[in-house]
Amino acid sequence: MKAGNVKYRIGKSGGFQALVVLFSVACVVPLIAILFYIIKAGITKINWHFLVNIPKPVGETGGGIANALLGSVIVIVIAALIAVPLGILGGVYLSENKKSRLAYWSRLSIDILQGVPSIVIGIVAYFWLVKPLRGFSALSGSVALAIMMLPIVVRSTEETLKLLPDSLKEAAFALGMPFHRVIFKVIIPCGISGILSGVMLAVARIAGETAPLLFTAFGNPYLSTSITKPMQTLPLLIFNYATSPYNDWHDLAWGASLILLLWVLLLNIFTKLITRKWKVQL
Amino acid sequence: MESTTIKSPIIRSKNFNAYFGNNHVVKNVSIEIPKNHVIAVMGPSGCGKTTYLRCINRMHELIPGATSKGEMLLNTEDIYSMHPIFVRQKIGMVFQRPNPFPNLSIYDNVIAGYKLNGIRLPKADKDRIVEHSLTRVALWNEVKDSLTKKGSFLSGGQQQRLCIARAVAMEPEVLLFDEPTSALDPISTSTVEELFHELKSNYTLIIVTHNMQQAARVSDRTAFFYMGELVEYDETKTMFTNPKDNRTQNYITGRFS
Repeated sequence: MKAGNVKYRIGKSGGFQALVVLFSVACVVPLIAILFYIIKAGITKINWHFLVNIPKPVGETGGGIANALLGSVIVIVIAALIAVPLGILGGVYLSENKKSRLAYWSRLSIDILQGVPSIVIGIVAYFWLVKPLRGFSALSGSVALAIMMLPIVVRSTEETLKLLPDSLKEAAFALGMPFHRVIFKVIIPCGISGILSGVMLAVARIAGETAPLLFTAFGNPYLSTSITKPMQTLPLLIFNYATSPYNDWHDLAWGASLILLLWVLLLNIFTKLITRKWKVQL
Repeated sequence: MESTTIKSPIIRSKNFNAYFGNNHVVKNVSIEIPKNHVIAVMGPSGCGKTTYLRCINRMHELIPGATSKGEMLLNTEDIYSMHPIFVRQKIGMVFQRPNPFPNLSIYDNVIAGYKLNGIRLPKADKDRIVEHSLTRVALWNEVKDSLTKKGSFLSGGQQQRLCIARAVAMEPEVLLFDEPTSALDPISTSTVEELFHELKSNYTLIIVTHNMQQAARVSDRTAFFYMGELVEYDETKTMFTNPKDNRTQNYITGRFS
């Protein structure tokens, strides 16, 4: 082989390695840019008043996002209360019955559900709940978000439980445990870190959802805790106030964006910690 | 084969068959197992010995497509008309690989049969059961200071003895062992084998093994399975010195394995 040829090949290899590094750095850039921009725009708006007051009417300065913060918490907690038990039990079924016909169809529909655009889920919740109940409500928003959470919880539960060795289940059955105890006392506790991380990721995912809430929770400029009434949430507040013509409201939207971003970041970090801490060593 | 009749056997199967789908893996097995004895079940891989063992406490039927047919009695009760939950509480099982519950402490692993079944016991009773069971499997002195640690913290041999303690804690009548030492080192193996002699006084032990020497060392009676059939079943001494069937002789002398 000629020396020049080898040099060319070494150069090509080095160039490609540099390219790979460059692209992996480029993947981090959007996140850093978003963080930087939102922190820069939002950090000056956040203080104690911002967190505990509700928005002021146009023309008055100040005001906060207490109603949206509380609303988001309520809507998400109710969504989780609906989706988590359903999702975990569904995931248990799928991991226990890998080959049954029902498992095949439910796995397929879960996968399709995961791909349904969030706005479509919002519309469906509107026709199912808002119209029959004659009014926007936090509850209908929770249902829409629960539908979005469901596939994530089901699949993460299923994937986690599939990894548990069969010997564990056999040990439990051999002690004369009935099926439901095997599931609740052995299988779920052993997979709890994976299941919880799925739940947390699902919560982080829906925390920022706006589209399904547009025609369900709708938004509310006042503090409300009634789940049968319209309720403000962080994404709705950002959507409504950022598109308004008033500077004060833009500031609220920036501040709320930062809070939402921090919330999602913290949830992700917390998930990682839980997964590590509660992991059952098999 | 019916050279010695057994008085009031604890396990008796008659024309027992087991299947995986259409695959006939245990063929017409009739066997009588005497109380407080160690029975070794040996045979080459795929001879149906493990499947037969798993039929005794109805673990076989947990596998999709697995079925069985024939008579299987515990004392005088038909195992297949009892509820599997009761069967498995009376007939304990220890598996090939140690499988302590990784989410439970050593203490809770021993009383798992009570705790996870929702049977509430006073603290004193639990302490007594844990100490007694761990002593029976010669593990108490090794773990008495680390009872709150997780079961997976122990070595493989200790984990296997913990699993035996877990089965013993339920005070079963029969203990089934599915190749209990095949995942253990020689020292742990001999510790477990010594236990068999200890446990014999209170329980009936049925041990599946592919290790002939082990069968010869630990058992009072041996059953030899080949291609799903029970070829020979006799006193271990007789079996290893004077087998009646050609196939047994060939297996023991290592002409096939």
